[in-house]
Amino acid sequence: MKCKKEAIELMHRYLDGDILKEEETTLRKHLEECETCQQHFHELKRTVTLLQSTENIQAPDHFTASVMAKLPPEKKHVKYIKWFKLHPVLTAAAIFFIFMFGGVLTSWNQDNQLVVSKQEDLIIDGETVIVPHDVTVEGDLVVKNGNLIIEGTVDGNVTIINGQLIDEQPFDQEGLMASVGEVNGELTHVDQVFEWMLYHIKSFFKNVFAVD
Amino acid sequence: MEQLIKDKIIQVKRGNRAAFEEVVAFFQDRIYHHCLRMIGNAHEAEDIAQEVFIRAYVNIHSFDERRKFSTWLYRIATNLTIDRIRKRKPDYYLDAEIKGTDGLDMYSQLASDHRQPDEEVEGLELKQFIHNEIANLPAKYRSIIMLRYIEEFSLNEISEIMDMPLGTVKTRIHRGREALRKKLRHV
Repeated sequence: MKCKKEAIELMHRYLDGDILKEEETTLRKHLEECETCQQHFHELKRTVTLLQSTENIQAPDHFTASVMAKLPPEKKHVKYIKWFKLHPVLTAAAIFFIFMFGGVLTSWNQDNQLVVSKQEDLIIDGETVIVPHDVTVEGDLVVKNGNLIIEGTVDGNVTIINGQLIDEQPFDQEGLMASVGEVNGELTHVDQVFEWMLYHIKSFFKNVFAVD
Repeated sequence: MEQLIKDKIIQVKRGNRAAFEEVVAFFQDRIYHHCLRMIGNAHEAEDIAQEVFIRAYVNIHSFDERRKFSTWLYRIATNLTIDRIRKRKPDYYLDAEIKGTDGLDMYSQLASDHRQPDEEVEGLELKQFIHNEIANLPAKYRSIIMLRYIEEFSLNEISEIMDMPLGTVKTRIHRGREALRKKLRHV
């Protein structure tokens, strides 16, 4: 029966909504004439109706809750990234401060070595720098990570970073200035991190705005 | 509805877990139903259905939100169920002869599916019968018939879900329909 194969093909295309107008007419005409095909078509349509009539099944109770419980934990760095994305200005500021403090602190912590700006005629005894009696230091003197004893004269500013100015004759009745040698300039004392930073910033600006 | 789901997915992509909960609640019945019909075992179906949502969550960034989310979700579901069916080792073969009997095989131990037409009456029993017949289809027809008539996807969407040419989908749907017609003609 040749009609069967062709007609059935058309029936399926009809059910898929895939049929052309003239094909539909051909099928309709054929169905009127052929009882077998009519029966077949009827059965197919009924199958579809039966399939569509089946009831829907519900998922077990607590299905959603148990799925949520099984999800992989949110990664912490994702949370941070989210926060950073939401606050770009704060992020930029935070990064700036991290670098700035980091830079200053490392330079504070790393050079623990004694540094003296001028060494001619000075006596270095362990961590102590001594300006002897008969010596006059011309210009500024900077001592870093060490103590300073001035017995002679300094013609300029004295800066002591992370150290102390030691008074050799603490029992002198005439007071500090007499016992200490002569400093013909400012005496600056830096031994706190903040002062250290301040000193840095100050000297930075001094350099920037220095007028020779 | 489609737009609402789309918005939820965008929120999930941004890291909002709570939005995913609503997506699961919306699709859970359909996905569970699909898995149950494909697998045939409630416990295993629940397992796989949960796995579907977990995979969707983990891979949410690979979902292109210009496309339909349900198609994408069903694609995960069909892949997982078909995978499970393939891996499943049969515990016994129905045609194997039972030891100590004379020519009896496992078929004879099963309650007959083929009840008399007049027994196959209305209501739940009829629905159960239809489901049994769907379950007896070969898996490759079963998934497509399910997608077409129970989940009501278009042929194009099915071709996308199953990742096969439209022509193949049509052929399978024709064969599946014919097979079911033969089973259901007396109902």
